[in-house]
Formats: sequence, C-alpha cells, structure tokens
Amino acid sequence: MSGGGVRVAERPEESPAAPATHRRPWWPVVRTYLGVAVILVWGLAPFYWMVIVAFREQSHTYDTTPWPTHLTLQNFGDALDTSSGNNFLGAIVNSLIIGGVTTAVALLIGIFTAYALARMEFRGKFLLTGVILGAAMFPPVALVTPLFQLFGDIGWIGEYQALIIPNISFVLPLTIYTLTSFLSDLPWELEEAARVDGATRLQAFRMVLLPLAAPALFTTAILAFIFTWNEYMLASQLSNEATRPVTVAIALFHGPNSFTIPYAAIMAAGTLVTIPLVIMVLLFQRRIVSGLTAGGVKS
Amino acid sequence: MAGSAEADDARAAAGVIDSGRGARADNDRSSGGGGAPGGPGGVFGRLRARVARFDSRLIWFVGPTVLVLAAIIGYPVVRAAYMSFQQDKGLDPDTGMFVQGGFAGLSNYKLWLLGDCGSGAWSCVPGTLGHDFWPAVGITFFFAVITVSVETALGIWMATVMGRSFLGRSLLRAAVLIPWAIPTAVTAKLWAFIFAPDGIANKIIGHPIAWTTDPWASRFAVIIADVWKTTPFMALLILAGLQMIPNELYEAARVDGASAWQRFTRITLPLVKPALMVAVLFRTMDALRMYDLPAILTGDSGASPTTTMSILVTADMRQGNFNSASALSTLVFIIIFIVAFILVKFLGANAVRTQDEQRKGGAL
Repeated sequence: MSGGGVRVAERPEESPAAPATHRRPWWPVVRTYLGVAVILVWGLAPFYWMVIVAFREQSHTYDTTPWPTHLTLQNFGDALDTSSGNNFLGAIVNSLIIGGVTTAVALLIGIFTAYALARMEFRGKFLLTGVILGAAMFPPVALVTPLFQLFGDIGWIGEYQALIIPNISFVLPLTIYTLTSFLSDLPWELEEAARVDGATRLQAFRMVLLPLAAPALFTTAILAFIFTWNEYMLASQLSNEATRPVTVAIALFHGPNSFTIPYAAIMAAGTLVTIPLVIMVLLFQRRIVSGLTAGGVKS
Repeated sequence: MAGSAEADDARAAAGVIDSGRGARADNDRSSGGGGAPGGPGGVFGRLRARVARFDSRLIWFVGPTVLVLAAIIGYPVVRAAYMSFQQDKGLDPDTGMFVQGGFAGLSNYKLWLLGDCGSGAWSCVPGTLGHDFWPAVGITFFFAVITVSVETALGIWMATVMGRSFLGRSLLRAAVLIPWAIPTAVTAKLWAFIFAPDGIANKIIGHPIAWTTDPWASRFAVIIADVWKTTPFMALLILAGLQMIPNELYEAARVDGASAWQRFTRITLPLVKPALMVAVLFRTMDALRMYDLPAILTGDSGASPTTTMSILVTADMRQGNFNSASALSTLVFIIIFIVAFILVKFLGANAVRTQDEQRKGGAL
C-alpha cells in the first residue's frame, strides 16, 4: 500500500513531452477512480462493519457476510438496557451536558481572545500565542494526577464541573486558533466604518463582527463539541457512574457475565455514539475541513 | 516557532489592511495618541488614539483565557512538580517502617529513570511499575515513529488523489472525515471486535492470530487502528497545503519537459513541506500522548505489551502512588517537550519561513 502510494502520487496526466492540449489518456482517469475507491473503502469499511453487526442478530455476530442479513433492533435494546449494570442512556445525557457546556464556555471565552489576537496589537501577544500553542500540544496525562487530587480535596470527583473545566482548557486553544484565523480573514473596513460612525469597539464587535463571524462560530462549535464528545483519558479518571460520558461507558461496557464480550451490543452502542457525529460531518464537511486546516496548517 | 507564525499571521493580516498601524501601536501610546508620527492624521489619528486607550481593557479579552489556562494547566503542572518530590505512603525499605509521605528527594525520579525501587539502580523486579518505565518509553516512541511515518506516506498519496478533480469529490472528503470523527474509545472497541479471535480479520487472513494477547500482534493491532483513524486527517492537512500550490507551476514544469517524478519531487514536495511539517508535528505530539487506543484495545495495566507512557501514569495512580505518578507525568511532560522542541527547531523553523514566503508570494 505504501509502496503504491508514491507511484500514484506522480500524477503523470500526460507523457512528459506531450503538449498540454494533448487528449488525455484513459489510464490516469481509471487510476484516479481506483484511488478514490481505495480511500472510500479505507474510510468506510470498518465503520460499515460496526453498523452491520449492530443490526445483526447476536447468533450471527461473527458472520462474514458483507451485506445486511438477519436484521434486528435487539442489540440497541441491549445497549440501552440498564439491568446488567450499564447506563448507556445516562452516559449519552452526560456527554451532551459536558459537551454542550464546554463548547458554550470555550466559545464565549475564545471569541474575545481570538478577537484580540486578530485585531489588536498589544505587548505579550507573541507570548500569548506561544502559550496557547503550548497548551494545544500539552499532554493531558500530566494533569491527571494533580487534578485527581485537587478535585478529590474539594469534593468534585463525580461532579460535572470536574470534567467540564479541564475540557474547556483543552478545546480553548483549538477554539482560539480556528476563530483567530477566521476573524483575520474578515474584512476590517466594515468594523472601521462602524467605529467612524461612533460605535464603541465593543459595539462594533457585537453588531458588525459577530454576525459576520457567525459561520465561523458555528464551525468552531462543531469542532469543540466533537473533541469534547470524544475525550476519554481525563474522563476515565475523573468521572464516576453518575457523570460517566459515553467514551468511558463504552470502554467499560460489559455483558451479563464476564465470560463473553457482548460485541453485538457494543457495536450498537458505538453506532449510537457515532451516528450523530457522522451526520454532522456529512452536513458540514466543508466547514469542518476549513476549520481544521485553519487551526492546523496556518498555525 | 509555529507560535511566532501565528503572531506574524495576525500582524500580517492587520498590516495588509491598515498599512502597519498595528506595529506602531506601542509608540502611539507613549506619544500620547493624537497625531502619531508617520501615520495619516485626522479620523485615523483619533481612531488610533482610541485604540491605544482601549488597550487597557485588553484584560477582558484575553484575561479569561489566561485565567483558565493558568488554573487548569499551569497550577496542576506546578503541583505535580511539587508532589514529585514527596514520598508515597508505604513501607520504607530501609527501616521496614510504614511512612506517611514526607520529602522524597529524587527517589521518585530514580524509581523511573533508574528502575530503583529502594535498593539501588535496576532493583525493581518484573511486575512492579518501576520495571516498566523504559519499555513504556520504547513502546511510545515505536508507536509514534511507525504511525507518523506510515500516516505521512499514505496521507500524501490520499491527498494527491483527493486533490484531483472527479465526480463526488466533496463526498469523498466527508467520507474520510468519518474515521477521524469516531471517538477513539469506539474505534478501539470496533478494532477489538475486528481483531477478536473469531473476528473478521482472522477470517480474511484465514489464519488465527492472537491480536489482543500476543505482544507484537497487539502492537500492530494498535498501529493499524491508529493509522486507519488518523491518516485521513493527515491527508486533509496535506491537501490544504497542496491546494496552495499554483497550477501554473506544474504547467510550466510540464512545458519545460519535467517528468512526473521530477514534478513531484521538485515542486510538490518542497512546496507542500510547510503544511506537511505542521501535520507531522501535531501528529507526533498526538502519538506521544497516545492513551485510549492501546488502553482499551489491549488493556491498561503497566505490564501490557502496548503500555505507553500515559498508560503507565494512570496505572501507577490506580495503585495509590500519587507522588511517584506525579514524577512520572512530569517526566512524560519533559520528554514530550524535548521532542516538540527538537521537531520545531529542525522542521518548524524552515516550514514557517517557507510558508511565510509562500504567502508573501501571493500563492494563497
């Protein structure tokens, strides 16, 4: 696969000496679609397999038939069933709360800082961007022990804020980078005009810039939510049964006994957790890509 | 270094629009606003004065961010550093007495770096976490080197395919985002199922492999799952870089008779390098802190064949050794910082400069 990678990357649309107007041969076209097919299978096959097994009767979990057979909704019932000690529905609610609050607070804090970085000049701006970048690369594991002790001391273990506040600090750098790059691209003249007309900086920010930045805010919100929804490491240490998010719930998912792993129910639970994200990705693909590359490549 | 790029970015963005006003904001403030030297007067002069005055309210703009980062990253790091010099509760091997903490000197660091469980270097026996430190460092770097190399090579290939024009291009880009969007915990469970003894992987191979128990098989299971999940993201970052390369360059090279391979190595690679280096930097940082995937796929005990540095920290915590866990997490932090520093030093500086030149050249 990796050997083939370099070969296809050559993109010889025409033979080297051929003029640009030469009629294109069929082979590069075929090769492009072959590449597309390989990438499609790469991205979708394991995910497809999870969904298929989620809908398949348990006695057929290990079937190798690649198309949907022996369909049932039983596994989803098992995934949401609380009698075996799993509280998956509760975990979904927890993740919604944690993801929602984290996203809202990170956006609220992030938009102001992003505005300052994109539009204002101040001493220490260089240092601040460095600190924020450092925070983005920071290994969360360096926080687990001190936060576990700190939150234990103040009685926060098992409280939502013990998960929300660390998450805010993890998505904040991402939020600021994405928003800064979007805000820098917005036309500065409109705001200038509002200021000339007598608006204060805050008014110009609120009435001119914010409406213009709405799509950027929306994109950033999606990214921040996906990141928080997917967080596992801190949640696995700082949550208890009451506040456990979906990622931890799925890792701890167990069957009625310890002899078999209930893969059919786990695949159903995984499907439930993933489908909202997949819908978001399909709907807002263009925005997500531009947000990710703005935060990644431009930094 | 990448941080400086961001600052330059913002500065450049402001500079393009109002011709370098921002760079002189500090001078303006000291000269009392008003008609600052060198700038246009009138409306803009008054505006500039207002900007200078408003800067005192900057605290409301950046204050909350600084506060959150200081409280949730700064404070714990300092606390961890302090705790790492405290003793864990337990038996003192020298006296045979139970000790309740107290100053530990460097003993926690000796535990990890020298495998010193109290009676000299390499005295930690197999089965104790002190024995597992260097294997965990080795595994972490093994994962990082293999996954980032494979992801880079495959990512470049995917990006070149996705950069061509074909029917359903945006659909393909959405499809490759799916592995990235699936939570790693779900990814780990999904691949655990694929790699189960009766799972589809073994049935396709037709030869049973103990993917989750055999040491090397489980390491490659983690690598395969990670490569599956993150290659598309890498490809998108590289694609963003590819799209900044003007098409005329390829046309010109083709007219000059450059072969496809020459075009790839002389145009594509050098010009995509900045984006590529940023992607490699971010992915390497990610790989070095890898936790969920090996922890869920093959287990999160210290002695598992896929124990990374991060997993070892929580394994030590679970045994109640918060102070030695703090020393370990401090070591992890230092190791990752050093790698980041080296990468930025050797890859980043060049990448940032090229990116800046590219922007100035109007390629964007």
